[in-house]
Amino acid sequence: MKLTLGYIDIRDIQLSNESKVENGTLYVSADAVKALVMEDENVASVAVDVARPGESVRITPVKDVIEPRVKVEGPGSVFPGMLGKVQTVGSGRTHVLRGCAVVTTGKIVGFQEGVIDMTGPGADYTLFSKLMNLVLVIEPKDGLKQHEHEHTIRMAGLKTAAYLGELARSLKADEEEVFESLSIKESAEKYPNLPRVGYLQMLQSQGLLHDTYVYGVDAKKSLSTIINPTEVMDGAILSGNCVSACDKNTTYHHLNNPVVYDLFRQHGKTLNFAAMMITNENVYLADKERSSDWSAKMAEFLGLDGVIISQEGFGNPDTDLIMNCRKIEEKGIKTVIITDEYAGRDGTSQSLADANPLADAVVTGGNANEVIILPKMDKVIGHLEAVETIAGGFAGNIRPDGSIEVELQVITGATNEVGFGTLSAR
Amino acid sequence: MSKVKVVQYINQFFAQIGGEEMADYKPEMRDGVVGPGTAFAAAFGDEAEIVATIICGDSYFNENVEEAKKIVLDMVKSKAPDLFIAGPAFNAGRYGVACGTIAAAVQDELKIPVLTGMYKENPGADMFKTKVYVVETKNSAAGMRDAVKKMAPLALKLARGEKIGASCQEGYMPNGVRKNFFEEKRGSSRAIDMMLKKLAGKEFTTEFPMPDFDRVEPNAPVKDMSKATIALVTSGGIVPKGNPDHIESSSASKYGKYDIDGVMDLTEETYETAHGGYDPVYANQDADRVLPVDVLREFEKAGKIGKLHRYFYTTVGNGTAVKSAKAFAAEFSKELVSAGVDAVILTST
Amino acid sequence: MVKEIERAGIPVVHVCTVTPISMTVGANRIVPAIAIPHPLGNPALTMEEEKTIRRHILEKALNALETPVTEQTIFE
Repeated sequence: MKLTLGYIDIRDIQLSNESKVENGTLYVSADAVKALVMEDENVASVAVDVARPGESVRITPVKDVIEPRVKVEGPGSVFPGMLGKVQTVGSGRTHVLRGCAVVTTGKIVGFQEGVIDMTGPGADYTLFSKLMNLVLVIEPKDGLKQHEHEHTIRMAGLKTAAYLGELARSLKADEEEVFESLSIKESAEKYPNLPRVGYLQMLQSQGLLHDTYVYGVDAKKSLSTIINPTEVMDGAILSGNCVSACDKNTTYHHLNNPVVYDLFRQHGKTLNFAAMMITNENVYLADKERSSDWSAKMAEFLGLDGVIISQEGFGNPDTDLIMNCRKIEEKGIKTVIITDEYAGRDGTSQSLADANPLADAVVTGGNANEVIILPKMDKVIGHLEAVETIAGGFAGNIRPDGSIEVELQVITGATNEVGFGTLSAR
Repeated sequence: MSKVKVVQYINQFFAQIGGEEMADYKPEMRDGVVGPGTAFAAAFGDEAEIVATIICGDSYFNENVEEAKKIVLDMVKSKAPDLFIAGPAFNAGRYGVACGTIAAAVQDELKIPVLTGMYKENPGADMFKTKVYVVETKNSAAGMRDAVKKMAPLALKLARGEKIGASCQEGYMPNGVRKNFFEEKRGSSRAIDMMLKKLAGKEFTTEFPMPDFDRVEPNAPVKDMSKATIALVTSGGIVPKGNPDHIESSSASKYGKYDIDGVMDLTEETYETAHGGYDPVYANQDADRVLPVDVLREFEKAGKIGKLHRYFYTTVGNGTAVKSAKAFAAEFSKELVSAGVDAVILTST
Repeated sequence: MVKEIERAGIPVVHVCTVTPISMTVGANRIVPAIAIPHPLGNPALTMEEEKTIRRHILEKALNALETPVTEQTIFE
């Protein structure tokens, strides 16, 4: 599969009476976006706002972050099976509004949404502080059940991102990058002397606010399987979860999966990026065994020399991570795992809930329990009081001067486990 | 800023007194620098001064630990330094153990910041790296320059009470305290680098070494269940409706103790879960699914168990540090013991 | 928490779904549960059926507490 990404760089967002992209500025008609979001009768109200890097702005509780993209050539459309029809994506040409994102917030759904600070110490811990963000503050109608609330917000974010992406359809790209994944046979013939490296992406799949969707399929219902890495660039995998904001993979993370992009950039040079597999993290022990057995089986069948495994979440999924790692290692295939840590506020507790000596090559996104004081921001988009109840927050953590005391856990993307950030620990 | 006062501890060999034959040398303190102290002094420049050097034979120290410690501690105390440096010991085993032992003693009893250094395979390293900062050095004195280069800046930071960064940044051996810092490259890129090294059979360093878990001996079984008092404990976060004690949905800082005297069943109106790490809908509908009070009351009535203990203990196991959970349990276990509880059923989600 | 209770001298059984974690962490008596969000229940069933499951698991738990063990044991 060959996919060309055309990047259109966005350096500013301005609310305007007409939506368009001109000279690197994304102009957005707030009315048009509101009308789009209000198509869902579960939405009581929606406000549209803009947050720019460096501004004294805090967005909370953050549900998802999505990058506007549009399929220009090739089958299917972005977010297949969820927004677009079910059709295999990942080939042809896709345009990306690079440097901006849609952020969804509003009344809290569950316990584990996040915070994005556009300036100050908190900004260092999230890549989203560097983007031009179009923020949707969506309030649900009264009495809406949690599962429906989550769905409503998810769809609103995707629709808005697709609507904005559409503005890039006919634009000339500022930069292009071509990604080509070959079949097993082709890559073996083309790169016989390079090590065959695969990527196994673990997807959070544990229920309300802990779900991930693949072509619209709830990942908990799927057996482990193979996917072409370019498919994720068109939104084949997207987020329905908030497993503690620090290690949730937002839809933006899925679209820009750094393991995928970095493996592609080494493909044909230092390694043969032979295959990408996805697996889930279910709540039943039998499912964990089955899914990890399946991943190991696939890795062996695909003749891989090494597999990079990324996790999503923590706690019981540490068992899925260790099972995947151990079973693949036991097949004689080398693994590197990417995870994060919950080592307590003082850093001395055991970082993972499960362990095995075979997991000898670990990349960590840092200790999520580390405490940080986030200074008062001039403007809050959303509901500040959410920081008391979201994971990593605690009652009374908003100080009289407006600053908040929180664990890094609350910052969206802070300890990301697909390796997006540079935060680490020793 | 005033000059940092340093006292250094070295062995008979580095003091150029002699080799093995002088290893029983009794502790002696001299003013100023001796041996490797010169290199340290050069690295410190105007920032610090080695006011005294204590020399002790490795055999003397290891064979007379209590006495040697006392003598050396008194010597250090008399100089009232801001910092104590032991070694570096490279791969000399007895020297490394002596350095670790005396550094720990100075830190614990005199409350002075300490630093030592040795090769990673020195037995003193595993023994002391979690007690004092141990800089990783090469395996012989040929690595003195490298050792001083790492030890001097860290020593000054310790003396000044400055924030100490992650082990790989500051040069000390990982000591079980995880510290965050920002790498140059993003995680995905570091993962690929590590994979390429691992595939090529080259040496690489994991960013997180897997832990060993300690074990506790199992207690003897309950002899007569029909007379036993059983207590319920849970990490699933079951709390009275409204979470009156505000137990956090993640990283719990507390546990709850609740009275279920007369409660035969947990209902949607009376109980809920505070745990944010799993879909709460099912536990909120019927908390017995996590904390099985209803069936245990049945067992009580039927005489299967003597009695369900009147209190249950709960916390939220979502991202809560092991150390915290350990502390909660150590505390409430005392209550369980004094209340005469015979056994515990602990449920987790 | 299980180990601390054991350390205090009280026999304890861990009822949990992810038994590998319990094993790794060192619980001595372990009884497998149904699923993470509902370890002693199953919302897909009726109340009576759920209670039957709950009784079954608790009976295993009591049995585990009455059984001498020398090493970590999962009571299936």
